[in-house]
Amino acid sequence: MSNTEALNNTRNLVLRLLNDIAPEADLTSLRPDLSFRDQLDLDSMDFLNFVVALHKEFQIEIPESDYPQYMTLNGCLAQLSAPRS
Amino acid sequence: MADFVMPTLGADMTEGTLVQWKKQAGDRVTKGEIIAEVDTEKAAIEVESHTTGTIERLLTQPGDKVPVGTVMAVIREDGQPTTAPIHEAARRAAVTTPVHRVEVAPVSPPQTGRLRISPAARKLAAERGLDPAHLQGTGPDGAITLEDIERAGAITEVTKPGGVADRQARMRQTIAAAMARSKREIPHYYLSTTIDMGRAVTWLKQANEARPMTERLLYGVLLIKAVALALRRVPEFNALWKDGAAVRSEGIHIGAAISLRQGGLVAPALHDADQLSLSDLMKTFQDLVKRARAGSLRSSEMSDPTITVTSLGEQGVEIVFGVIYPPQVALVGFGKLVERPWVTNGQVVPRPVVMVSLSADHRASDGHRGGVFLAEIDRLLQEPHIL
Repeated sequence: MSNTEALNNTRNLVLRLLNDIAPEADLTSLRPDLSFRDQLDLDSMDFLNFVVALHKEFQIEIPESDYPQYMTLNGCLAQLSAPRS
Repeated sequence: MADFVMPTLGADMTEGTLVQWKKQAGDRVTKGEIIAEVDTEKAAIEVESHTTGTIERLLTQPGDKVPVGTVMAVIREDGQPTTAPIHEAARRAAVTTPVHRVEVAPVSPPQTGRLRISPAARKLAAERGLDPAHLQGTGPDGAITLEDIERAGAITEVTKPGGVADRQARMRQTIAAAMARSKREIPHYYLSTTIDMGRAVTWLKQANEARPMTERLLYGVLLIKAVALALRRVPEFNALWKDGAAVRSEGIHIGAAISLRQGGLVAPALHDADQLSLSDLMKTFQDLVKRARAGSLRSSEMSDPTITVTSLGEQGVEIVFGVIYPPQVALVGFGKLVERPWVTNGQVVPRPVVMVSLSADHRASDGHRGGVFLAEIDRLLQEPHIL
């Protein structure tokens, strides 16, 4: 799988998890550089559910101090594509 | 005999529509068990039984819209004879109360023995929330087919009046009625103070570092717990206004204001919030938010709140001037957690602070006691480890 394909897969998966949390939101107009919270009207409970869904889907531990890095689509992709130790 | 009546699930609910029975005549039911699903102006609610026994008869049909208090079923409590005559009120109600009826196909009584149903049909039934035991199969030897499930699902669907837009409009009306009544009848007074959240925030950060991801706490849970514990000291705010007097409530059931994604809000109860650990309160709260948004709250959650807590800080609001939800006598509102200059020991330091407000019914309490309530919330939030 090429890097582009892998990135697309990750992107689609993140969007699916967001859709589970905010089913009524229009994700096609999502700005990847802006916070989900403002664009999708997520509250802290929604966001917590989102990072827990990432944790389960990608088998990663996300310390609470890293949560801000997962608040945009670009941020999520950067974190999820980075090589893990 | 015990009557199962259309419950009142909110301040201004006057009638409700039976969507479906979760039990049939002859079924055993235990106290707290879901017996019916009822559609109100706000949401579809799972209604719990108040008693343990056997269902003698069902008097209301799915699709019937009946006034609050209408006897919908008769339950034979354990130890009672089986042939007691039908309750007079129940007979009257059964004859006169349906004000709106959507025709639904008859549903066969539950079958005994092994149910003939394919795994695919069983799966679909589970997805639609249907009990195959109560469906009439049209397949070979009465087997329940996918089409039977589809048809039953469609029947359930038509019994729900209107779609999402209709429900939104009705919810708006319900909120309008409750809030207008509140402002018409309740002489509100308002108090507010600023709480230093430095200790609570630091404590929570450390607590969450030690917790697995799935068990981390939200800051809002600390606020709810602090209000619940503070109410033990000022019980006059944990009360309902009934017949010209405030009646103190036995349990502390915090109504947590939850905004719904399609608009509107509900404030279902976190039962006995003062007695739950932060972890249990968090789990209960998560489950409540999920079910509120999915439209599957329980009757006790709708009818039991003894005070409301609302946190509007998420969108940047710094202070809430709340409207009390009748017949409650108080509402506590939290604004956004913000960093502000704070003077401590003669030094100006940046501290995370939150503005808490109390809207209270002046018929039930006075400002002095309201001040004690807010001070107690503040005191508890300075000792987060005891929450």
